[in-house]
Amino acid sequence: MVIYGVAILAGCFLVGTVVGEFIGALMGVDSNVGGVGVAMLLLIIVVDRLVKSGKIAEPSLDGLSFWNQMYIPVVIAMAASQNVLGALTGGALAIIAGIAVVVISWACVPLLSGKHKEEESSYSSRALRGEADA
Amino acid sequence: MLDMIKNVFVNNGLVTAFLVVGITMWVAYFISGKLTKGRIHGSAIAIVLGLVLAYIGGVVTEGTKGISDISFLSGIGFLGGSMLRDFAIVATSFGANFDEVKKAGFRGVISLFIGVILSFVVGAIFAFMFGYKDAVDIATIGAGTATYIVGPVTGAALGASSEVIAISIAAGLVKSVLVMVGTPFIARFIGLNNPMTAMVYGGLMGTTSGVAGGLAATDPKLVPYGAVTATFYTGLGCLLAPTVLFLLTDLIF
Repeated sequence: MVIYGVAILAGCFLVGTVVGEFIGALMGVDSNVGGVGVAMLLLIIVVDRLVKSGKIAEPSLDGLSFWNQMYIPVVIAMAASQNVLGALTGGALAIIAGIAVVVISWACVPLLSGKHKEEESSYSSRALRGEADA
Repeated sequence: MLDMIKNVFVNNGLVTAFLVVGITMWVAYFISGKLTKGRIHGSAIAIVLGLVLAYIGGVVTEGTKGISDISFLSGIGFLGGSMLRDFAIVATSFGANFDEVKKAGFRGVISLFIGVILSFVVGAIFAFMFGYKDAVDIATIGAGTATYIVGPVTGAALGASSEVIAISIAAGLVKSVLVMVGTPFIARFIGLNNPMTAMVYGGLMGTTSGVAGGLAATDPKLVPYGAVTATFYTGLGCLLAPTVLFLLTDLIF
């Protein structure tokens, strides 16, 4: 049943939120700290266990899949309810910081991935360029 | 008559929000497909449209909650509010599994940590250069340069102002759009033509929509490898930014 998937998501969310509140209290911050991250890791582990042991049916996973796909609409609603007018004074900061972080990260890719002569040879099949399901 | 219709919208705020966001996304994907030929992902355009709506809402109402300050659109504030936002974000981790993480291996994990910390540091440095002196503000903007999810999650956890949260979202959005558009052009200069590099790329960049869109335009076969690591980035960012990274920021500033 779809609700089982939603309930698993809700359970992980609430456990993560409780842990986040607890971390917040330990840090002396009066709010939830890292709860979302904890809930995400918990959900990955729980779903992985359930799928591997065959204890979860496809319709139940649909309940998770629905909210997974609702994430972009929710983020759009979140963007639409931000104080953008106030942020425009910092507009240059957002643009410059955004560009800088991408350029610096690009420069780090070869440093981290290293040389892959053997992999390049085994991964030689060329794929279509450009047109893709973007 | 007009009042009656308005009341229906006000009293059914969340349902109204579904309609408005749905229409916004349709317009965004239309623009993405027709005007940019899919080069800029529809979701990125939709978020830009959302920010434009928030700007209009701010101008019209002089409030601080964007378009949701307009009474019959208040449901958008609920849909985009912390409860449903965090709920949907947790759901995004559905689809990543531990076996794939094991495949991504040591370098993927290292690139995840370096990616989150590097983004945070770069964002924090620029926030400081632009005159932000408060550790909460600096950490929120630093988190925003990780992704446009980590920014608001961190900002909400630390109690940052809506302006700072909006800047952090905007910075994350600039990153996402640039990765989406720039990946096909930069790919050959950074050796982005094999699964290992794609996994490192996903870990370093982190923006799932940016990496998925950018890799699809570079070589569709690389998309799953990049997405495997990128899916974990936001979770790791949400875990590190408001905790360890904020504490370190707080020590410095």
